[in-house]
Amino acid sequence: MIRLEARNQTSRTLLFWSPILAVGITVIAGTIMFALLGKAPIRAIAIIFLEPLGDIFSIAEIVVKATPLILIAVGLSFGFKAGIWNIGAEGQFTIGALSGGSVALALYQIDGAWVLPLMCLAGAVGGMLWAAIPAFLKTRYNANEILVSLMLTYVAVLLLSALVHGPLKDPDGMNFPESRIFHDAATLPILIEGTRAHVGFVTAIVAVAISWLVLSRHIFGYQIKVLGQSQRAARFGGFNEKHVTWICLMISGGLAGLAGLFEAAGPVGQLVPALPVGYGFTAIIVAFLGRLNPLGILLGGFVMALTYIGGESAQIELNLPSAVTGVFQGMLLFFLLGIDVLANYKIRMTQPLSRKLSE
Amino acid sequence: MKTPILLELSEITKTFPGVKANNDISFSIKPGEIHALLGENGAGKSTLVKIIYGIMQPDHGQMFFGEKLYKPSEPFEARANGIGMVFQHFSLFEALTVAENIELGINKEAASKDLNRQISEISETYGLPVDPIQRIGSLSVGECQRVEVVRCLLQKPRLLIMDEPTSVLTPQESHLLFQTLTKLSQDGCSILYISHKLEEIRMLCERATVLRDGKVVAQCSPREESARSLAKMMIGSNLKTPQPSKPAFGEKRLSVNGLSINSTNPLGTSLCNLVFEVRAGEILGIAGVAGNGQTELFEVLSGERTVDKNMVQLDHRLVGHEGPTKRRELGMCCIPEERVGHAVVPDMSLWENCILSARTRQKLERNGFLNIPASHNFAEKIVENFNVKTPSVKRDVRSLSGGNLQKFIVGREMLQNPRILVIMQPTWGVDAAAAADIHFALNELAETGTAILTISQDLDELIAISNSFAVISEGRLSEPRPTINVTIEEIGLLMGKTSHFEKNEQNDPP
Repeated sequence: MIRLEARNQTSRTLLFWSPILAVGITVIAGTIMFALLGKAPIRAIAIIFLEPLGDIFSIAEIVVKATPLILIAVGLSFGFKAGIWNIGAEGQFTIGALSGGSVALALYQIDGAWVLPLMCLAGAVGGMLWAAIPAFLKTRYNANEILVSLMLTYVAVLLLSALVHGPLKDPDGMNFPESRIFHDAATLPILIEGTRAHVGFVTAIVAVAISWLVLSRHIFGYQIKVLGQSQRAARFGGFNEKHVTWICLMISGGLAGLAGLFEAAGPVGQLVPALPVGYGFTAIIVAFLGRLNPLGILLGGFVMALTYIGGESAQIELNLPSAVTGVFQGMLLFFLLGIDVLANYKIRMTQPLSRKLSE
Repeated sequence: MKTPILLELSEITKTFPGVKANNDISFSIKPGEIHALLGENGAGKSTLVKIIYGIMQPDHGQMFFGEKLYKPSEPFEARANGIGMVFQHFSLFEALTVAENIELGINKEAASKDLNRQISEISETYGLPVDPIQRIGSLSVGECQRVEVVRCLLQKPRLLIMDEPTSVLTPQESHLLFQTLTKLSQDGCSILYISHKLEEIRMLCERATVLRDGKVVAQCSPREESARSLAKMMIGSNLKTPQPSKPAFGEKRLSVNGLSINSTNPLGTSLCNLVFEVRAGEILGIAGVAGNGQTELFEVLSGERTVDKNMVQLDHRLVGHEGPTKRRELGMCCIPEERVGHAVVPDMSLWENCILSARTRQKLERNGFLNIPASHNFAEKIVENFNVKTPSVKRDVRSLSGGNLQKFIVGREMLQNPRILVIMQPTWGVDAAAAADIHFALNELAETGTAILTISQDLDELIAISNSFAVISEGRLSEPRPTINVTIEEIGLLMGKTSHFEKNEQNDPP
């Protein structure tokens, strides 16, 4: 029988290096997988992990993908640190896109520098309202936020689809389930000419900086840390668990909503049913890859975005199935969690009980 | 003729870091006898039964069960040998039925097809009414215990261990349980009955083994002893002479006026009309066996559990409804019993842990931001004044040893110049030198005019440091009186008292 036994002392070194180690093992496992599939393994790895870094267009695409991942993951890290598990960022992302996008459509062809900020506000508030449902149910009725937030994701996705098929449909769109394409004043300015990298990325960097400050220097970050480690100590310290729950869910919901709006008003440029592509779920991996630390998340967001872009190139150049991206992301999380377990536990082989008795 | 022996313990010794939980324990249990294991908390009762039940293994010593060497390495083996145990905390799945729970918990051979019939049979024979198809979630605590007992009896044990069974029962349920146990013993099953309730033991048990500080201090026949003499054996008579109390104290600092609360936890204790006050310069000691309402009282005082405004008063303010932060602001500091995970967060550094409870009074928070230099300074001040051994205040608190950790926690609260200090188990697990330091510091603090409330299970300590003294038992508090007038016998009786008759009047179910 294999048994896990708690280590007396958590291996800090292992814990610190585990994200890097996980990336390394993922690359190795990927090589083996490609070899088994009959593709040139080294070349495949190079296409996924190195080639996208070669030209400005690919780098800009990485930035486009990293922006929502970083924004959402930074928001999630607040709750995750405190032991509040918002798994429904995808839903908050969708509602953010929907509410911010609706503002854009309502103000169609109206120009003004205030249009975009208003959309951002609507997007963030939309995400917060969606996250307020699990927050209320948790603090009031002790409902499990994991289930509530996750299930609300499906509601949000279907709501977007229903509205885009109905009231938000482009009147001149030949009955396609799409909204109008947002007018210029409702579209995010581009950072690098000729690419899709948009100012949302700047917002993500600002969010990282502010989050770092709050988590490491502000009393609220302190409360989160205490609550995540011991509810009893938090109560002794005079911290209110319900307030922290609300604030954490508002931060993660707001940032996810903002990310959703950025996606709609940036690379996509309109509301479509396929807008939610799983950033909200991938961001969970990013948050853990970054050790719930905003700076780590910034890096983790880029690594994850790289697997998206690299996965796409692999599909095109090597005729690999699109599942390759998901496989890589899954392996990354799997190895990361595996190494974390080994940092806290060691493996011991034991005799089965029945044999011991018969001796 | 030699009397037959069912279980014999010979020189059992078990050492944990820093404490000898069981020291050379030898005694024996005869077939069909109800044998009491008596002792205060921390006397080593739990360790000993864990060894008998195979959860722990002794460092030295041997056990013989039915004359054969008995050396269980898992509870499974104990059960296979015919030893059953009912724990204080039940291991039942709430969503499953009684029968399903029983099936899960017994060895496969015993779980035959007509389990329901067997359950009914046992419950009839021994007066243990349980319904096999009911869900555990819908049962009372007493009924859950019955399920546990039935589960043990299904395996036809020769020895049944009961760990403080009545601590969770109403008086009526206790009475039923005693009838069952008596019937069982008449049928030849031995019972090892663990308790610190003296009246119960006198009623039920034929023999008793008394433990104190991990050693057997007496063997007796409880029916021939008085509750008073049993208390004396349990507590010991090595108590120091009380120091003369100071004649006069300052103004009233903390008063608790008719505090009654229901416990939120089924294994907790409800508090019933507590009244006391602590004046400036006074040290009030509250004694009692663990689990008699001390934790609940502490939570109400620290503000972790808020109550009616009028129930707690600091100086002239009614603060029952205020949380911990407001109370600290008003000058009240508290030291809980549990150190790791309550008083401190283990994976945070010493300076970060200062912020937890000292941020208000020491201004370790400025406009919502942490004042890191001030926190460092405060942590260093504690380390210096209280002689905490640590290489740096940046170290995680979990790296501190028990005694050093307690010095750090005590220092953190004392150096905030509290007007009122509530301290629970001030020196539990602390070596003698550190204990003396803490006692000295408490006395000094009282002399500067702080009102101190100490809740402890260590009678020596309470008598040595407190000016006034009260005992908490089953959520009720005896009237505080000057320590100098208290005798050991009185304390023992108050601590082990079973107030069944008082309780009956109020708690009778309709």
